[in-house]
Amino acid sequence: MLSEPPARPTRRRLLVGLTAAVAALRAGELTAEAAPSARSVPESVPVDRAGLQPASLALPDPTTATLEAFADTMVPGEKRYGGDVVIAGAAPGPGAVQAGAVELLNLPELGIGVLLPELALLVNTRALAYAATHGRILLPTQPPFVALRFTDRTALAGELLTPGAPDRQLYVLLALFAAAAFDTAAHLHTAVAIRQRHPGLAWIGFPAPGADGLWRFPDYSYGRRLASEHPLTTRGGHPA
Amino acid sequence: MSVTERTDVLVIGSGFGGAIPAYHLAAGGAEVVILERGPHLTAPDFTHDLRLGSYTRIVDLVQGDGITVVAGNCVGGSSVVYFAASLRAPSFVFDRRGSLGHRLWPSTLTRAALDPWYDRVEEALPVAQQSWDQVPYPGGLFAAACARAGRTCNPAPVAVDLARCTNCNWMLNGCHFDAKRSMLLNYLPAATAHGAEIRPLHEAQTIAPATTPGYRYRVSYTQLDAGDYRLPVGVGAIEAKTVVLAAGALATPVLLQRSAPLLGGVPQAVGRYFSGNGDRVSIADVDEGKVRDLLGLERAPGIPYQGFPIGKPIGSMSYDRLDPATAEFTRFSLQQIYFPGITDLLAQATDTPATSWFGVRKKEMRARWPSWLSVLAMTEDDNEGVFGPPPPTGSSTRVATSLCLSTLSYRPTANTLRGWAAADAEARAVLERDGLARVRPWSENAAGSVSAHPLASCRMGDDPATSALDERGELRGHPGLFVTDGSAVPTSLCVNPSLTIAALAERACPGIVESTAEAGVRARYGAPAPR
Repeated sequence: MLSEPPARPTRRRLLVGLTAAVAALRAGELTAEAAPSARSVPESVPVDRAGLQPASLALPDPTTATLEAFADTMVPGEKRYGGDVVIAGAAPGPGAVQAGAVELLNLPELGIGVLLPELALLVNTRALAYAATHGRILLPTQPPFVALRFTDRTALAGELLTPGAPDRQLYVLLALFAAAAFDTAAHLHTAVAIRQRHPGLAWIGFPAPGADGLWRFPDYSYGRRLASEHPLTTRGGHPA
Repeated sequence: MSVTERTDVLVIGSGFGGAIPAYHLAAGGAEVVILERGPHLTAPDFTHDLRLGSYTRIVDLVQGDGITVVAGNCVGGSSVVYFAASLRAPSFVFDRRGSLGHRLWPSTLTRAALDPWYDRVEEALPVAQQSWDQVPYPGGLFAAACARAGRTCNPAPVAVDLARCTNCNWMLNGCHFDAKRSMLLNYLPAATAHGAEIRPLHEAQTIAPATTPGYRYRVSYTQLDAGDYRLPVGVGAIEAKTVVLAAGALATPVLLQRSAPLLGGVPQAVGRYFSGNGDRVSIADVDEGKVRDLLGLERAPGIPYQGFPIGKPIGSMSYDRLDPATAEFTRFSLQQIYFPGITDLLAQATDTPATSWFGVRKKEMRARWPSWLSVLAMTEDDNEGVFGPPPPTGSSTRVATSLCLSTLSYRPTANTLRGWAAADAEARAVLERDGLARVRPWSENAAGSVSAHPLASCRMGDDPATSALDERGELRGHPGLFVTDGSAVPTSLCVNPSLTIAALAERACPGIVESTAEAGVRARYGAPAPR
């Protein structure tokens, strides 16, 4: 385990990263998608006080960025804005990030908020190792997992989640909550989520409740015999 | 609180295994206290909500090594969150020999011997038989696919008041309409009417010999915070003449493991021979056009199916592969079932196991979610689950709301894998015929095998080396300490286990009352089915 979070890289890692970035630029590895340029910034986006980077394009804190990138690997979505480097943009429509994966992980009732920086650190440690063993060059201004391309994020996630892999149960939790945000809007009351057109519930076509917030299906059956019953069925419908 | 209380009978757990003895003992005149780890909720609390903090108050997802298990955590236990399919185990199950090569069930226990006890439970719940026009769309679709593939299919018997049921499909949350027949509606209120006291948020920690003359056991417990079950808010102890242990197959063996030094040892079968009931879930990604063209079904103009979230979760099932003449480990039932969205991540969209359950293709599959159909095979597994050393408290380590880490490890043997392969092949033969659907089992990469039916971790039998309980359900070497939950069931059942757990608990009651009377309590057996 690393002694420092990725927000404060060691001098050695900074050096390695900068060297890699220079090499990457020479090799044409870095694109506007990976490193937002001025051209990709919409005019309406407000600019932060330093005037160096539009506020909405600034990376979220490394923990959030990493957790979002992992969630986006589980249920991929479209980028939130031009130059969004956290969401890879691998699939059309909203993904786990838009569905609220990070809000869910921070839900007080879940009780794992304090663990999230450590979880992100673990993911990034493995991302660094993955990059080193696969010859990938990572932009040092991003958490390592964020700096990976989508195909590499996917391959690494597959490794992290493989039975028997170290710390697998922790990564399974991250995967579970990314999916739970999308499939169940687990940070919202479901009736409210439906009213708000929660992107995940809308994507899967989850049905709407009645006016009282409860579900009922008065039409629920084809209403006819569709198979013969087993000849040895006992009284009450049990197997013999 | 440090005062030690006393009662005639202490029941640990309030699900099927605890509620039934609690009723018979209380009705028979004994003083009964029930310790329940979870909260006490009732119908108005059972909301239609997938938000964390709703159903997660009453159901736990317990992650072991190679297996994940779903279990109830509330007054009423798993009966509150179960899907109400109420099946008698097929006759051949009682003759199973497993890989040990000898009969695993007590010789006195056969289907015929258990039938009178099944009758009692079916009367008390009660269990209803769905007619075909009460089988929801997914069960109808499965039945039609079975018929087209030359198979039979039956409506599943369910412990549901069908007139009251709204087919809302929220059974995991508890039934808001009190249509599902949980222990909250029959045995538990009947027990409390006879004076039994239920103490929710009380987690039993150890069982030790009592120090008060005339009392046999002393049970220590921790009171848990209602808002965060990880936090203890009090401790206490109760002495009892009889202890009925029914904390569930994930908790009962762990409590006994922790208590072993205090009790002077427990049988070596405690914490071994766990079975996940051979549960094997597959998701069918159904082609709506084929539903119309091949099966001739249409539920609304232009809509052949799109009924995945509609109905009772279990509608129909096939008994075709419950043939007693076929070899052990190849027999199973195949049941249409609906699991809430929290399990959607387990569906496999590709055939590359490492990444099949997430990513771009999986998201595409999610867009067809209303056209999914899921089926549960309940096979003959090999009782290969083993619990490691117990955690300091409780039955597992709670890491977050509803999420627990268990020391249970499960490595399926070749026998179990053979059963699952046979079940997979049958699901495909029925549902992939002529391209009706694409069927794949839940990803094992995500969670190992998944079971909603934990069994056999403290099982009964005739062989002391491989069974912790005698045929009456008493822990060997520990008079007056009975186990009546799913952990007592010797093997997987090839059907949903709740009715068998309940019937075995009913069957154990005369012996428990007799033992309690021998300990000096004026208790009689013979109460009718609760009303």
